[in-house]
Amino acid sequence: MDLASIVKELNLKVECGKDQLTQEVSGGYVGDLLSDVMANSKEGNLWITRQTHQNIVAVASLKELAGIILVQGKGPEKDTLEKASKEGIPLLVTDLHTFEVAGKLYKLLS
Amino acid sequence: MTLFEVMDILDAKVLVGREELNVEVKTAFSADLLSDVLAFAKAGSLLLTGLTNPQIVRTASILDIAAIILVRGKIAPDETLRLADELNIPMLSTRYILFETSGRLHAAGIVGCVEKVGRDDSVAL
Amino acid sequence: MNLNYENSFTIEGGNFEDAGKIAVEIKKTLKNMGITGDTLRKTAIATYESEINIISYAKRGVINVRVTPECVFLNIKDEGPGIEDIEMAMREGYSTASYRIRELGFGAGMGIPNIKNCSDDFELTSEVNKGTHLRIVINMNNS
Repeated sequence: MDLASIVKELNLKVECGKDQLTQEVSGGYVGDLLSDVMANSKEGNLWITRQTHQNIVAVASLKELAGIILVQGKGPEKDTLEKASKEGIPLLVTDLHTFEVAGKLYKLLS
Repeated sequence: MTLFEVMDILDAKVLVGREELNVEVKTAFSADLLSDVLAFAKAGSLLLTGLTNPQIVRTASILDIAAIILVRGKIAPDETLRLADELNIPMLSTRYILFETSGRLHAAGIVGCVEKVGRDDSVAL
Repeated sequence: MNLNYENSFTIEGGNFEDAGKIAVEIKKTLKNMGITGDTLRKTAIATYESEINIISYAKRGVINVRVTPECVFLNIKDEGPGIEDIEMAMREGYSTASYRIRELGFGAGMGIPNIKNCSDDFELTSEVNKGTHLRIVINMNNS
């Protein structure tokens, strides 16, 4: 499923990366510990996290993730937004908490 | 659903609390950050996490969490298991990643539910 | 139901292994005294987060719990670096946590906001290079 459709279905707010929504999402990954995400996420995964600091962009870039969903309605920090825009990593925000948005994404991708 | 059914859905191993699988659960909270759990997780919920240190057990005890589900096939260190046993917190381990674990439980009807610290109302999401 | 209790607990900074042990003990004691619901939950969370803060940042600290029929008083004092910017510390998401602290699952910057949300009365003072003092009142719920 492509990212644009997911954004629509899950009602996600696009903070940046509007032009990078055509890519296919290979799966979802949930994690707040960066070392874990670095070790275990897969290319093309859509990453769900509550971390909003700029280090998430580096991780997403290195692992070639499809994008990052930030939960609990917490938008990215200014540095994070700047970096993500530069690196072309879509940052999406949901008001839902991790369990719910992961559940909904899982259903969409199954 | 009961922890028996959770175990089934997640193809999980019981690490602690084999005698307590009749416990009923309706809600779950997924997190790797304990302060989030402390801020939001509702009493009686499942806690889905990739953390395996003893603090997850203490956090679960503080919040009256029904059971801890460790993901990605993680087996907790002895001290964590001992503490879970001591504090009567059932602990299961599933091979699925946190994303899939959340997905499977959600599909089976478990709801994400948060209780904002300091307020009496709880919010179903 | 005897609702008069007081006890102090000393916590060593850096003792991550025992993190939360005191909070769990306090919760058990209060539960055995018949304290339930919101009061118990808020006290549990506030003591836990305070304990984690002492362990994460201070050299050592003391949590004093005093229970009366009207409320729970928490008096928490530590010796350590203190808080440089209290206003920032009160903001959700602001954290000065080290990598080690974050890897344990703490350091999300929710500690002090969580404590404040649990308190009916809250006072935080700090002196850099000396320590931090937290005074919390949690009212007994009408259960």
